[in-house]
Amino acid sequence: MATKMKEVDVVIVGLGWTGGILAKELTEAGLKVVALERGGMRSTANDYSVPQVRDELRYVQRHDLMQNTAKDTLTIRNNPSQEALPMRRLGSFLPGEAVGGAGVHWSGHTWRWTDMEFKVRSLYEQRYGKNYIPADMTIQDWGITYAELEPYYDKFEYMAGVSGKAGNIRGRIQSGGNPFEAPRARDYPLPPLTTVLASHMFSEAAKNHGYHPFPRPSANASRAYTNPDGARFGACQYCGFCARFGCEANAKGSPHITVIPIAMRNPNFELRTHAWVTKVLKDASGKRVTGVSYTNVLNGEEFEQPAAIVLLCAYAINNVHLMLLSDIGQPYDPVSQQGVIGKNYCYQTGAGANLFFEGRNFNPFISAGGTNVSIDDFNLNWDFDRGNHGFVGGYTIGSGFNSALPIGYRPVPRGTPSWGKEWKAATAKWYQTAMNIGSSGSVMANRYNYYDLDPTYRNAFGQPLMRMTFDYTENENKMGRHAAEMVNDIAKSMNPTTFTPASVRTSWSVVPYQSTHNTGGTIMGTNPRNSAVNKYLQSWDCHNLFLIGANVFVHNASYNPTGPVGALAYWTADAIRNRYLKNPGPLVPA
Amino acid sequence: MKNDVFDRRTFLKGAVAGSAAAVIGALPQPVPAQQDAPAPAQQDVPAPTQQGAPAPAQSPTSATYAYLNLAEQAFVEALVDHMVPADALSPKGTDIGINIYIDHALAGGWGKGERLYMQGPWKPGVPNQGYQLPLTPAELYRAGIAAANAFCVKTYGKSFDKIAESQREEFLLGLQAGKVTFENGPPARVFFTTMYQTVMEGMFSDPIYGGNRNKAGWKIIGFPGVIAVHYQNVEKFRDKKYIADTLSIADVS
Repeated sequence: MATKMKEVDVVIVGLGWTGGILAKELTEAGLKVVALERGGMRSTANDYSVPQVRDELRYVQRHDLMQNTAKDTLTIRNNPSQEALPMRRLGSFLPGEAVGGAGVHWSGHTWRWTDMEFKVRSLYEQRYGKNYIPADMTIQDWGITYAELEPYYDKFEYMAGVSGKAGNIRGRIQSGGNPFEAPRARDYPLPPLTTVLASHMFSEAAKNHGYHPFPRPSANASRAYTNPDGARFGACQYCGFCARFGCEANAKGSPHITVIPIAMRNPNFELRTHAWVTKVLKDASGKRVTGVSYTNVLNGEEFEQPAAIVLLCAYAINNVHLMLLSDIGQPYDPVSQQGVIGKNYCYQTGAGANLFFEGRNFNPFISAGGTNVSIDDFNLNWDFDRGNHGFVGGYTIGSGFNSALPIGYRPVPRGTPSWGKEWKAATAKWYQTAMNIGSSGSVMANRYNYYDLDPTYRNAFGQPLMRMTFDYTENENKMGRHAAEMVNDIAKSMNPTTFTPASVRTSWSVVPYQSTHNTGGTIMGTNPRNSAVNKYLQSWDCHNLFLIGANVFVHNASYNPTGPVGALAYWTADAIRNRYLKNPGPLVPA
Repeated sequence: MKNDVFDRRTFLKGAVAGSAAAVIGALPQPVPAQQDAPAPAQQDVPAPTQQGAPAPAQSPTSATYAYLNLAEQAFVEALVDHMVPADALSPKGTDIGINIYIDHALAGGWGKGERLYMQGPWKPGVPNQGYQLPLTPAELYRAGIAAANAFCVKTYGKSFDKIAESQREEFLLGLQAGKVTFENGPPARVFFTTMYQTVMEGMFSDPIYGGNRNKAGWKIIGFPGVIAVHYQNVEKFRDKKYIADTLSIADVS
């Protein structure tokens, strides 16, 4: 029998970025908070120190900081007519585990998503007419505005130590920044990182095309920094071991060096690691949740943790999975298009070119998450007329190195043998003389891209695995072709010795790593018929349940998701502190 | 060569602390693979003279195997010496420990499928669904080598380690291109993908794992290794060759 614990004000499931932010904010509001994290405790000093952290085999190839698919994974397929099979090992995306979550091993790219996303349907209908949006493209307005989120983006950027250059401060375009960005109240807390040769060369080529290159904003501290909460950052050392690794310099904005230690110093907070939540519990009415069930994975003991408020702060996929396992809300059905839980799963797309320059020295191992340069001319630039190309959405193009570690990164021109003396010679010749230009594209929601529970396969707790049904649609293919063309155009103009052109990704495979930007499944919206949560990320079904993460995104943008994930966490914390506690109940009338 | 031998012994000392290697160490020494299977590399590759000394009279590598049996050792040695031949850029695969890396990877957690979801039912699926075999990497390697050798015997009259250099090349290219198929064995291309991945890992992972001995893989490409404090170097070395000592985890531990 499960041991019933003493009731607390708030239980948080998962202690990464969102759980950490909510833990800090709500303990400061005087609430008793318990966080349940299925992984263990990790700290910079103990776990991410040099030289052990500089191990590509362990952290990149063997996924040391990631979820263990032997215990829990998903089943995957490209369309509803296929039989879904388990993702038996990680590949396409890499959910994190343990204290800090994916906030430890991200590369820090921090963007502000704008009304271009939040008002997607209105904007496209207004400009191109209702028929422009394909019938099976289930995009909708998010029910939130950029203006509402702006102060929370700001808060997240200052907390996480984001380095960048503003392009638009209160409507005034700033030289050197992204001229297409939405207005911000003030500049980033830190200046951009120093760009590397690849970024510099790309930047020149982009300018020659009339585009508007700018340094990619990233939570890699360009100099030593103390954030408004007093957390101290070291300066980024451009070590080249960024994504997939913890940062030994505490230069990468991460929850385990910022919000989590503050929460842990607060007597209102308790962290239980190795606590795997299996279910959110409801009362008899089904209109309130009463807490969660969890298992101590160190000894198999089962517990029930009652709480007045439940916050799902696990990885986006796991938040949706818990909702389906707990039978809260109506599961989405792609045939009838009824139900909301599992709806609008989205991913990202991309295309990249490798450019080879005899005689140049890119030093690809001198790099960081934030040494890149991007252009937004095909993304936030609404003057870019999608109507000529027939797609919805946009893409960024960028260059620079995040990491170029040798097991995974050894570019050689097409036609090079895969082994032998000729391969060795080419590998030696091009490792330091190649660069790449990549695009990252949005994915619009589609009726047939969704999550539900798998009928066959189970996890270590005997629960059904989540089933992911996803593929790119013609919309992404049109955009991807355009992106590849623009990338190749820029690449050619740089006169490389030789180059491998970008090409469109037409079908999703689970095998190669692509992006850990899985969104949707419990989307936000204006009413319970089209969404799982309201604009405060509060469940329409149970008002004391909040779902915080990219699982609430209605579609996926070209940008990385952590900026809005962090901003929404602060936004939700404020809504709970200032509104919900005074009058517990739905914050938006259904 | 002195350093090389020293490194191997150091490595062995470390490996004996691990349980699998300790058991092997306590057993009578197995016959070196070369005695019943002529070392394939002898056909066209001289001793690694670029290190300034001939190969040691007896190879110490056989004592360091923890998983592969004799036939498998011969296969892997032939494979890594074929894929990474000795030249001015580096010694050959066995001389930089890629075979040992592979053996230890298969003997360890990864080889035993520690993070692999291993529940059935088992269906082949489509390539987009990724790995779907009911085999751990170690089991796949074992089955794959047996099937590869069976294919080579049928096609060329001898096992992979005994066929000619050109036949090895033809076989590996066929495997990579999906032209070689195994009867009753694991899918040939899945085996190839795993095999190729492990060869590259053995060449470019940190030397603590037994491969990339003397950081030979890193030196080929100029990867400086684990110490990377480049705050000052971004501008200083922009478009300039960065030269520094190549350092591994053990060098600074």
